[in-house]
Amino acid sequence: MAGTLRDLAQKDLAPKSDAGSRRADRLRRQRRRATLEAFSAPALAFALLAIWQICVPLFNVSEFVLPTPIDILSRVVTDYRLLLTHAWITGAEVVVGFLCAAVVGILVALAVFYSRMVERAVYPLLIAVQTIPKVALAPLVVLYLGYDWGPKLFLSFLISFFPIVVATVVGLKGLDKGYANLVRSMGASEAQVFLKVRLPAALPSIFGSFKVALSLAVIGAVLGEYVAAERGLGYLQLQANANFDVTLNFAAVFVIALLGVALYSIILFVEKVVGDKQGARS
Amino acid sequence: MNAPVSSFEAVERVGQRSGNGIAVKIDHVQKIFETRDGHEVIALEGADLAVSAGEFVAVVGPSGCGKSTLLSMIAGIENPTSGRILVDNHLLSGPNPRTSVVFQNDYLLPWRNIINNVLLPLEIKRLDTRLYRERAEALLTQVGLAGFGGRFPSELSGGMRQRVAICRAVIQEPGLLLMDEPFGALDALTREQMIMDLQNLWLRLKNTVVFITHGIDEAVFLADRVIVMSPRPGRIDMQLDIDLPRPRKWNEIHSNPGFTEAVAKVRGRFEEQGVLKAG
Ligand SMILES: Nc1ncnc2c1ncn2[C@@H]1O[C@H](COP(=O)(O)OP(=O)(O)OP(=O)(O)O)[C@@H](O)[C@H]1O
Ligand SMILES: [Mg+2]
Repeated sequence: MAGTLRDLAQKDLAPKSDAGSRRADRLRRQRRRATLEAFSAPALAFALLAIWQICVPLFNVSEFVLPTPIDILSRVVTDYRLLLTHAWITGAEVVVGFLCAAVVGILVALAVFYSRMVERAVYPLLIAVQTIPKVALAPLVVLYLGYDWGPKLFLSFLISFFPIVVATVVGLKGLDKGYANLVRSMGASEAQVFLKVRLPAALPSIFGSFKVALSLAVIGAVLGEYVAAERGLGYLQLQANANFDVTLNFAAVFVIALLGVALYSIILFVEKVVGDKQGARS
Repeated sequence: MNAPVSSFEAVERVGQRSGNGIAVKIDHVQKIFETRDGHEVIALEGADLAVSAGEFVAVVGPSGCGKSTLLSMIAGIENPTSGRILVDNHLLSGPNPRTSVVFQNDYLLPWRNIINNVLLPLEIKRLDTRLYRERAEALLTQVGLAGFGGRFPSELSGGMRQRVAICRAVIQEPGLLLMDEPFGALDALTREQMIMDLQNLWLRLKNTVVFITHGIDEAVFLADRVIVMSPRPGRIDMQLDIDLPRPRKWNEIHSNPGFTEAVAKVRGRFEEQGVLKAG
């Protein structure tokens, strides 16, 4: 009896002996396609940079108006000390602002999820506040928080906070009630329901929002530096502008982008570690 | 037609058998839901039912008559509006640790592999899951899923997933197994196989089973007693004892007069209710 059932189950998986070469063929084709796909984005970027590099001398554009990618890169190398000291400041602002947004955002989302009262009272307000362009608040923030870390942290926090709250709430609410009922029927406490089911189910949307929030946190920090700062890559850009140093300005933009990519990779890495741990949990 | 003995030996070696099932008593249980727009829906009206330890009871009834509601209340995940439920002679105030539920959906957690899905109830009860691995693997082997432990639910077919859900429900050898249309979404062939497997499993465990189904034939085939419910608001309308010898065989039972008679009785009741049109 169970024997027949087993046969039924395993028939789906039995390797077809004559299909060996066909499978190898398909694998080869898949690999070629994957390589092509992996290289398509860098190739496009490289092509665009090359066009830039060629066009600047071709149209006789002065270096003071538009430097070439090579100019910018060599400036990054020669002035790496200067850029690094400022990048360090901006990076710290982004990280602290983002982490605050992540912690507070998830806590607020939990409150919204678990308390109908909070949901009714706070959530509509949050959505309304979200429609205010945070950029418009920057001068006010300076007025109240001064010229030091305050406005940068606050702006990068504020701007990255909302997507995290909304995505976490949506992620938590998206779970089929049956899953919660299932683990409850096994005697799970609400804390266990959360840890075993709700949180893991919401993680993809939480990490998705982290990725969005991180790039927003960079914007917030640099914005804060534009408005009021004595340090940071945004400040460096303003300085470069004042000195008509377009190359340094571009170099700062390059480092800001690099910073964003580096932090983004960290999130990807954490996401992968968490995912692997979940899959292998015993 | 017997299940492979070897895997059961493994099961018995690892943990001690939970022995006989536990009894359920339902006294004047009523459930009223309040809908979002303030209406009241009577899902169940004054249900009375006693299931003795080790009995296999099948519940059939028209859609929406409150079968699932009744089951969630016995499972301790919903409270009755009035009346009382006794499981193992104790007034129910939450899920009983010796009760397991199989829902219509398998509800396997997609981020856990199969073996860790089967071990989930033990993890919830904070037991050392390593001690149960062997048993989990034996159970999977028994339902034809040997070697699938490391796979993920998305890699399995619907029937395979439902079999995993059943393994998860019986890993602790529950005294009371509650099943809510567990084979509803399966193709006829897989369903037949699972019905036979369930009978074998129950013959081994001798636990109490409350089995909800839309299939009259499957109810009569499996059960010691078939409960027919009335349309909403649900009430227990008819009870029918099924005295057919076990183990019953699916391919032979259809020519058994006792079986066909019981099926006809249940159908007749549905026709009287107006749920089924005669002819
Ligand atoms: N949470 C709820 N809120 C409001 N009404 C509900 C709720 N759950 C169930 N009901 C109502 O209670 C009645 C019984 O539902 P139940 O799911 O128990 O039916 P059922 O007999 O299991 O039906 P089916 O055979 O289709 O699964 C239905 O009319 C349904 O609309
Ligand atoms: Mg139902």
